[in-house]
Amino acid sequence: MTDESIRQIAFYGKGGIGKSTTSQNTIAGMAELGQRVMIVGCDPKADSTRLMLHSKAQTTILHLAAERGAVEDLELEEVLLTGYRDVRCVESGGPEPGVGCAGRGIITAINFLEENGAYEDLDFVSYDVLGDVVCGGFAMPIREGKAQEIYIVTSGEMMAMYAANNIARGVLKYAHSGGVRLGGLICNSRKVDRELELIETLAKRLNTQMIHFVPRDNIVQHAELRRMTVIEYAPDSQQAEEYRILANKIINNDNLTIPTPISMDELEDLLVEFGILGGEEEYEKAIKAGTKAPAGIA
Amino acid sequence: MTPPESTILEDNPVIAKKDLIKEVLEVYPDKAKKKREKHLNVYEEGKSDCGVKSNIKSVPGSMTTRGCAYAGSKGVVWGPIKDMIHISHGPVGCGYYSWSGRRNYYIGTTGIDSFGTMQFTSDFQERDIVFGGDKKLAKLITELEELFPLNRGVSIQSECPIGLIGDDIEAVAKKSAKEIGKTVVPVRCEGFRGVSQSLGHHIANDAVRDWVFPQYDKEKKAGNTPEGTPYDVAIIGDYNIGGDAWSSRILLEEIGLRVVAQWSGDGTLHEMINTPSVKLNLVHCYRSMNYISRHMEETYGIPWLEYNFFGPTQIAESLRTIAARFDETIQANAETVIAKYEAQTRAVIEKFRPRLEGKTVALMVGGLRPRHVVPAFYDLGMQLIGTGYEFGHNDDYKRTTHYVENGTLIYDDVSAYEFETFIKELKPDLVASGIKEKYVFQKMALPFRQMHSWDYSGPYHGYDGFAIFARDMDLALNSPTWSLIGAPWKQSDE
Repeated sequence: MTDESIRQIAFYGKGGIGKSTTSQNTIAGMAELGQRVMIVGCDPKADSTRLMLHSKAQTTILHLAAERGAVEDLELEEVLLTGYRDVRCVESGGPEPGVGCAGRGIITAINFLEENGAYEDLDFVSYDVLGDVVCGGFAMPIREGKAQEIYIVTSGEMMAMYAANNIARGVLKYAHSGGVRLGGLICNSRKVDRELELIETLAKRLNTQMIHFVPRDNIVQHAELRRMTVIEYAPDSQQAEEYRILANKIINNDNLTIPTPISMDELEDLLVEFGILGGEEEYEKAIKAGTKAPAGIA
Repeated sequence: MTPPESTILEDNPVIAKKDLIKEVLEVYPDKAKKKREKHLNVYEEGKSDCGVKSNIKSVPGSMTTRGCAYAGSKGVVWGPIKDMIHISHGPVGCGYYSWSGRRNYYIGTTGIDSFGTMQFTSDFQERDIVFGGDKKLAKLITELEELFPLNRGVSIQSECPIGLIGDDIEAVAKKSAKEIGKTVVPVRCEGFRGVSQSLGHHIANDAVRDWVFPQYDKEKKAGNTPEGTPYDVAIIGDYNIGGDAWSSRILLEEIGLRVVAQWSGDGTLHEMINTPSVKLNLVHCYRSMNYISRHMEETYGIPWLEYNFFGPTQIAESLRTIAARFDETIQANAETVIAKYEAQTRAVIEKFRPRLEGKTVALMVGGLRPRHVVPAFYDLGMQLIGTGYEFGHNDDYKRTTHYVENGTLIYDDVSAYEFETFIKELKPDLVASGIKEKYVFQKMALPFRQMHSWDYSGPYHGYDGFAIFARDMDLALNSPTWSLIGAPWKQSDE
């Protein structure tokens, strides 16, 4: 079963917020620092490991299981692939949109990985989970014995914050039974007015931290088109440095809390309060604040 | 013969039984007690209702006898349609454990043109849950058509997961119907819907309305529907358990009516399609098929009439009521038929009444029999001391007042504990209920008859059925077995 010393983390956030991109770039940074990481993609689209493998995973657990008949007919080696800097990559896969039960699929896939000893010789397991925690299946990675640290990817946009708050509620639900904790908010900037302060305030309200502010940079797009992380595509770029900083912050993160989700009204008030002022100036400030490397990073 | 307790109860049956209810409720926690006390009462002469609430969610932990919506649709309404294949769509258990459970007799060659005692399932696996089961369902229907080309259609009986994962079985039904050129009916009878099997009956009725009757409408428009005769009737809500519909049909035919459809015992899809052409719908099981009867009344202007073929008194009354809807010939025929069976019936009563006279019975059945079979017991000189429905509604309890006497104990959705305690206290001579109750009471050394399946006997409907009913009750009550029940070392005490 799962090795106790493995740190299990999960990335959650609104659909399209950049969870997969952020998590893969961060994990590339962690791998650079010598960490042994496994990515468990929990999204039927199976694109949580694309930048690591330089292609979309062709053999997801569920598709192969469906082909063979049952998940019991699979061997771990068939679905566990090795990507950039030996990061292990596995995708749960799932049904096409509009049919079946993706939630059940995640449960099946994770059970398979556990039963077949995928959780060995690792420092980190990282779950990349689709969108909101809509049903029990999508909460599977934060149940007992799974991810203990949740990182919520968000931006200053209202719906992203709304989703972040919802995810905090899911974490709270399992905080007492399974011991899961919130590790922080990752602000994947959308250049919203006063984004930095907004997310920092939201983090405070949720009883957590904004662990890093990732500025917007087109180089992410360029790298992604080439199916690579920025760290691999442009290792010397400023953006690569941002991800390395985030990776280091996560490795050294000891600020794990039980979140205190807020009400919809409070969230809206927060936006009104912050939505009026700010602009490009704020954005520059945010970038500067974000690039201040913590001690221990060259 | 009567035990002393009953003598006291007879003095004031209403008060005595109300006290008993209080006593029974005492053991419940407050919340459960508050809920359950609304379902237990005593019938008081002159009231228009039995004074109980019904069709409400069962109290958790109370050991209800209820089934689910799937049971109501697949097990009751659709299952007996013999020339259709009924797919239990979902994991294997629901279909397997309800396989052939209701003894719906039919004429036909099983596996060739009839499928009543066969079990068809899509046998869902984990991958079907994750990826959806629509493709598997379509493939299954294609294969069924190849294996059983003489089937007249298919019904898809949804088990719980179908509703949870949101499979589009309606789309599959439409596509498959086109492919095989036959009727394919999707039924959304997922077990978690509603509080009992009762909603399953309703859903199944609605499926007939939405997926079967449009075919009649289409044929009618094209001028292809039969003219019929003024005497065309349909038997609605007779599932032909042990041959019930057959022994009913004989009588209706003898009075000169033409039974063109049986719903759904020994019934066929085409009988169902053509039913909107009848002049009168004769409804036996009101609970499970009043919905479609009302629909036919509203849409096609077909009146419907409830009747009761349990016991000669009710049979005669029903035959006369039915005949009154037709001309004098039919009415005269009804009298002739009643007279014709009089000797047979008298012989049955003469033989069995002396052996059963004064014996008491407690009933607990589904949605019709807790009231409908009561007159058959009366015809044998027996007395009813308590009755209740698993899944009856308020209108059933209203109708019950017509059949029960002052002081009859009424229990709705009775729990295992309540029923056991009532029986222990009231000491009826016979308990008439279902398989889940049978062995509990037999082990208490009480004669028992199953009133769902007729204990693998039947039919009980009609004059012929009454003869079997009387014999069976006698067998249960007067079996010499009961004299051997007492332990020999205790016999000296008694």
